[in-house]
Amino acid sequence: MKAYVSVFRLRLTNGMQYRTAALAGVATQFFWGFIIIMVFEAFYSGAATELPISLKQLITYVWLQQAFLAFVMLWFRDNELFQLITTGNIAYELCRPSGIYGLWFAKLLAQRLASALLRCFPILLVALFLPEPYRMPLPIDPAAFLLFLFALLFGLLMIVSLSMLMYISVFVTLSPAGSLLMFGVIGEFLAGMVIPVPLMPEWLQRIVYVLPFRWTADFPFRVYSGHITKEEALIGIGIQLVWLLVLVAVGKMAMAKALRNVVVNGG
Amino acid sequence: MIKVQGLSKAYQVAKRSSGVKQAMKALFKREYKIVEALNDISFTIEPGEIVGYIGPNGAGKSTTIKVMSGILVPDHGTCTVMGYTPWKDRVNYVKHIGVVFGQRSQLWWDVPVMDSFDLLRDIYKVPEDEYRSTLALLTETLELEEILQMPVRQLSLGQRMRCEIAASLLHSPSVLFLDEPTIGLDAVSKIAVRRFIRRINEEKGVTIILTTHDMNDIEALANRIILIGKGKLLYDGSLSAIRNRFGTGKTITVVYSHHNERLQVEGAIVESWSPERAVLSVDTSQVVISEVLIRLSEQVELLDVTIDTLPIEDMIVQLYKEHQI
Repeated sequence: MKAYVSVFRLRLTNGMQYRTAALAGVATQFFWGFIIIMVFEAFYSGAATELPISLKQLITYVWLQQAFLAFVMLWFRDNELFQLITTGNIAYELCRPSGIYGLWFAKLLAQRLASALLRCFPILLVALFLPEPYRMPLPIDPAAFLLFLFALLFGLLMIVSLSMLMYISVFVTLSPAGSLLMFGVIGEFLAGMVIPVPLMPEWLQRIVYVLPFRWTADFPFRVYSGHITKEEALIGIGIQLVWLLVLVAVGKMAMAKALRNVVVNGG
Repeated sequence: MIKVQGLSKAYQVAKRSSGVKQAMKALFKREYKIVEALNDISFTIEPGEIVGYIGPNGAGKSTTIKVMSGILVPDHGTCTVMGYTPWKDRVNYVKHIGVVFGQRSQLWWDVPVMDSFDLLRDIYKVPEDEYRSTLALLTETLELEEILQMPVRQLSLGQRMRCEIAASLLHSPSVLFLDEPTIGLDAVSKIAVRRFIRRINEEKGVTIILTTHDMNDIEALANRIILIGKGKLLYDGSLSAIRNRFGTGKTITVVYSHHNERLQVEGAIVESWSPERAVLSVDTSQVVISEVLIRLSEQVELLDVTIDTLPIEDMIVQLYKEHQI
């Protein structure tokens, strides 16, 4: 356990040093946030019928998405791990007395956390004081906020366990390009990163609800805005936990299988 | 300590010649070739030995090291190191071994060396006081003092290699596998690394298995060599036994005052000849060196004489030839 904490700490402190990257990230996120909100604003003003989510809730959704991008995007990748597999440096990882799954999980978690910690506070702070209609509202009450924090945390753990599957697939394919693209495009769409899930057509929503992806982004954001009630949120967090256990179990099994047949590349 | 019995491992390699046409064909039907990396390898290594594991490129040296360190699973055969079967008991086993792959890096690229070391301490659960004393010893003998706080990406190859070796020894392993530890190092760094390997073997009794292409490493370190080629074990024995086998051949280089006739010396073969200089090869099991020198001095006026033993590289090449690899 101490080893995992150690990896986590090392990556976290290291990741926190990329301040310029974070600053650039914050600027990009604001740009995107404004554009998306403007698009939705136009869309809402032209809508004839009542839409399934209010504009205010949607704006919250967008700002949270931008602030916690590092928690929710699937294409956030660690090239070191890919290189480890494709160049054969995995040999060293294999002669360590601890599970590779745990070490990599800790590393990926720390990277996302470091990245988000640097970016989320400036974005949230500014978003809370923006002029209307762009301003992000405060959470509806403290309980909802607390539930949001839990949902976000479990969502983060879920996304790391999902991306672990992507890394494991590289043992077979030896190139991260394919897995990355598939996971990135399909996974993020199904997580509601492109079109918020409540605005998707009925049939698509049904598909999205049985897959794990929406629990990482859509769910915590709607808990914050109150679009998902507190009772539903509690049940949702339970479902997140079940998904997390399933994903970790599948990942560990796949990892063990991949390592049995591992080929150490490059002599 | 280490017992390897009938170890075999084959790799399946996709076979494809170059060219567009061949590539198209491979889309539909792929041909595989079985490459036998290891074929029935057996040997035993006693505690405290330094064994040089040598062979040409692609002989299966690294594969053997990977099997012995639990990374690869062999197709057939058994291997026990300190009572463990490496690939079955991996997690418990690897605490007792250290591995250095000369061509790879285990240190984190963008953090100071010390951070990587601390991480390894936690991964191997080394007690703090033990860690301090091991680190002090390693820092002193490998001269790491000034580079510990530097990020790995700023180190030279020699500095990095010393750190890699230190990293593999932080948990005080009883067996150390070194896969080309001196690759790419300059003469000074090589000597430092060799001296260090010798020292931990003598002081801590660490058993060492070393693969290398640098015969000077072998000469300086190993008392015993195991030679493999094309996956087969070709020779296992002491270096001096090989020396005795091939060492009876001596080369005599003589320089003399001008002499226009070709030399003819009984018991020696004239390899090359000029009016001032000649190289002769002598088999000392057939004729005594002094005898040859006496006969030489009867013919020419000797100015200088050099007697050389066959260098170890040539002995190994001879061994390769004998086994046709």
